Amino acid sequence: MRLSNRNSMSGSAAPAAMLASLIVIMVVATVYVFVANPFPSRPPAAITSVGQLVDQQYFLTLCVTGVVFILSQLGLAYAIWRFRDRGQAAHFTRGNNTMEMIWTTATIVLFLGLGLMGRKAWAEVRFTPAESNAVQVEVTTNQFVFNFRYPGPDGKFGKLDPAQVSASTGNPLGVDSKDPDGKDDIVVPTLTVPVNHQVELLLRSQDVIHNFYVRELRLQQDSVPGMVIPIHFTANQTGHYEILCTQLCGLGHYRMRSFLDVVSEADYQAFLKQQSASQ
Amino acid sequence: MSSHAHTGHAVVVEPSGFIRKYIFSIDHKVIGIQYFLLALTAVCVGIVLSLLMRFHLVYPGAHLPFVSGGIMTPEQYMALVTMHGTIMVFFVLTTAPQGGFGNYFLPIQIGAPDMAFPRLNMLSFWVTFLAFVAILAAFVVPGGAPISGWTGYTPLSGMGEVTGPGEGMGQTLWIVSISLFCLASLLGALNFIATTIDLRAPGMTLFRMPLTVWGWFVTAILGLLAFGVLLAGGVLLLLDRSAGTSFFLPAGLVVNDQLQPHSGGSPLLWQHLFWFFGHPEVYIAILPGMGVASHVLSTFARKPVFGYRAMAMAICAIGFLGFMVWGHHMFLSGMSPYSGFAFSVLTMSIGVPSAIKTFNWIGTLWGGKIQFKSPMLFALGFVSLFVSGGLSGLFLAQPAVDNMLHATYYVVAHFHLVMGVAAIFGIFAATYFWFPKMFGRMMSEPLGKLHFWITFAGTYCIFMPMHFVGLAGGIRRYADATGTTYAGVLQPVHVFMTYAAFITAAAQLVFLFNFFWSLKHGAVAGKNPWNATTLEWITDSPPPIDNFGGHYPSVYRGPYEFSVPGYRQDFIPQNLTPEEAARLK
Repeated sequence: MRLSNRNSMSGSAAPAAMLASLIVIMVVATVYVFVANPFPSRPPAAITSVGQLVDQQYFLTLCVTGVVFILSQLGLAYAIWRFRDRGQAAHFTRGNNTMEMIWTTATIVLFLGLGLMGRKAWAEVRFTPAESNAVQVEVTTNQFVFNFRYPGPDGKFGKLDPAQVSASTGNPLGVDSKDPDGKDDIVVPTLTVPVNHQVELLLRSQDVIHNFYVRELRLQQDSVPGMVIPIHFTANQTGHYEILCTQLCGLGHYRMRSFLDVVSEADYQAFLKQQSASQ
Repeated sequence: MSSHAHTGHAVVVEPSGFIRKYIFSIDHKVIGIQYFLLALTAVCVGIVLSLLMRFHLVYPGAHLPFVSGGIMTPEQYMALVTMHGTIMVFFVLTTAPQGGFGNYFLPIQIGAPDMAFPRLNMLSFWVTFLAFVAILAAFVVPGGAPISGWTGYTPLSGMGEVTGPGEGMGQTLWIVSISLFCLASLLGALNFIATTIDLRAPGMTLFRMPLTVWGWFVTAILGLLAFGVLLAGGVLLLLDRSAGTSFFLPAGLVVNDQLQPHSGGSPLLWQHLFWFFGHPEVYIAILPGMGVASHVLSTFARKPVFGYRAMAMAICAIGFLGFMVWGHHMFLSGMSPYSGFAFSVLTMSIGVPSAIKTFNWIGTLWGGKIQFKSPMLFALGFVSLFVSGGLSGLFLAQPAVDNMLHATYYVVAHFHLVMGVAAIFGIFAATYFWFPKMFGRMMSEPLGKLHFWITFAGTYCIFMPMHFVGLAGGIRRYADATGTTYAGVLQPVHVFMTYAAFITAAAQLVFLFNFFWSLKHGAVAGKNPWNATTLEWITDSPPPIDNFGGHYPSVYRGPYEFSVPGYRQDFIPQNLTPEEAARLK
């Protein structure tokens, strides 16, 4: 029993045209936004050289996936239009093993290649420890604040005792009152670091998992209770940048934020001195 | 593997009485419809939750009459986020494609009278139903629904109400619901695997199975291996919350200045257990849809599936690799960065079988004779949406780039395109395709087309801009981004997405109307309204109780013999003997 040719023929031009057009419009609109940035669609400029490596890897991935995206979507749209039912017989084939080999190999090379090329931007932060002269700052997260602890003039962090945590009496981190190393520790709610000087952050969390994220650094890291997680960066531009918690941590997650101030070396020393004086 | 000869079919008896026929039925067809209706209810709830979320993001201070207190609080928003994700992933995307259509059509497409274990099948459905009741109950218990997201990370989910509203009874109900769901799915997976291996008709070798069956089969294997891990995780989490254990809770936790009495556990352990399940879960959500897409594209282009064997192997490859990539959800979790890189390479690899499938779908259309009926429109839409959603995964798969995209709206856009749209299109394609067989009536074609156009354009309008919100810095799971430096300029995009969401949601009413109206008023459907080749189309619409009225088919050829040269008709059903087929020349 055949389907009526008349019905299928006259019925297929309109939906074919409409679907193919919608796909083409979608592709054009997407490419347009990427290229012309008509509304904010890009992160702010990176302020570290590793951040720029991340951007390069992103851009490379965008080019590769962009080409695949355009070719497959337009290929689909073309097939929809060109092979709509116009009363023709379909061309019988079970496939083409050569083509399968070609596009499988090309995809493997392309995707694995991309993945391997992304190693450097990851390795420079994650496989490489901080330098010994890095400025160390301990970052402690809890519902819903960031606290930043500097070791102070003695260069040593005091021990922490969870039993001594008391935000209400000015000891949110639980610095052990019996440890002399902790006497000169500086605890502040925003992060101030010197420009062009490596900074190592030691991420801790008191209660649930949080996250430290600065867009301009292209760097974020979960802070996990029970762990101390080190990350490092070297900012090459001064400025005032937003720190966000990006790991769902409770009802106040949306308002858990702080600021990173990257200042000159001189301003940084002045900051340390001023904080020490007021402790 | 050679086909198994039947040693004789069990006699299938028509049940008597309303309860045995429609409520506690062991007939896979009834159970399939029950799963489908459960998913339909769940998706309506899930969509309402998402519309409330979208509305809140655009009008955070708006007075909402049904919200206690008048204005939505942050914890209420987070409860919406958590419940929307949980209900959609489990009770829609894991239920309709596999429990719904898989249950109904796997036995018929392989020529069997029912599933291998019909009573187990009934048990699976009713445990799933209990799980759904449990998750809905979380809305109404003191404290309300949980706020820890569908991922339920510990310690936020592991210490009870001290970490936030909804973390008491609400979170406990969430864990109970998910655990029941896991149990039901394990039983279902057993059934699907046993059925596919043992009950195939004579002549139906593995490589003569429709790709829909391949999809359900591999999905069931994934389910069997993955759901047990989540069940174990759920039990451990319940113990941490109520029996004083510390599987996921380390020492030294201080919440609200109070030291918590736990020690020795690891929050990362929960993430490993969850995502070891969670990644295969998303392939469980998409593989049946891929099978349906291949099946429908072939049928309505009147051409065999391009590279059928490669397509079947690709389904297997996706399933296999799907177990090796869970760490890509954990690049920034504190997991070893070396592991992260290994997971990244494996994740990029999974793009390869996905790409093969995409090329083969286009290859199936190439040189075809495409008929744009509703099932086909949704199958074509599936391909476009899967390409869009899958490609953004290549960015997220690289940990260096993930530094910039993790926890932003880019991730939300990615998984919505693949799961929240493409997988849903697979469900729609299946519904329009198989409705005539299930209910003996055709759905309205004009309404189906209207539903498609608005939904296809609408979902792209919702989720394509969302990528850019993420790239520009928009963080996900924020009840209100007003205080951030980036939010102001992105607000117009959020407004656009919200309008698109409401319009697209409204279009689903067209589908709902079409579905229920056609049950009674659709044109009567014959056995094979689509001139398709697989075994479900040789029997009545709807099929009799034993699927084939005692005349069980044997299979003589592959499932996609369309437009074979030399024949007067452009399809050769699988069950025709060579002699019967020769008469079509």
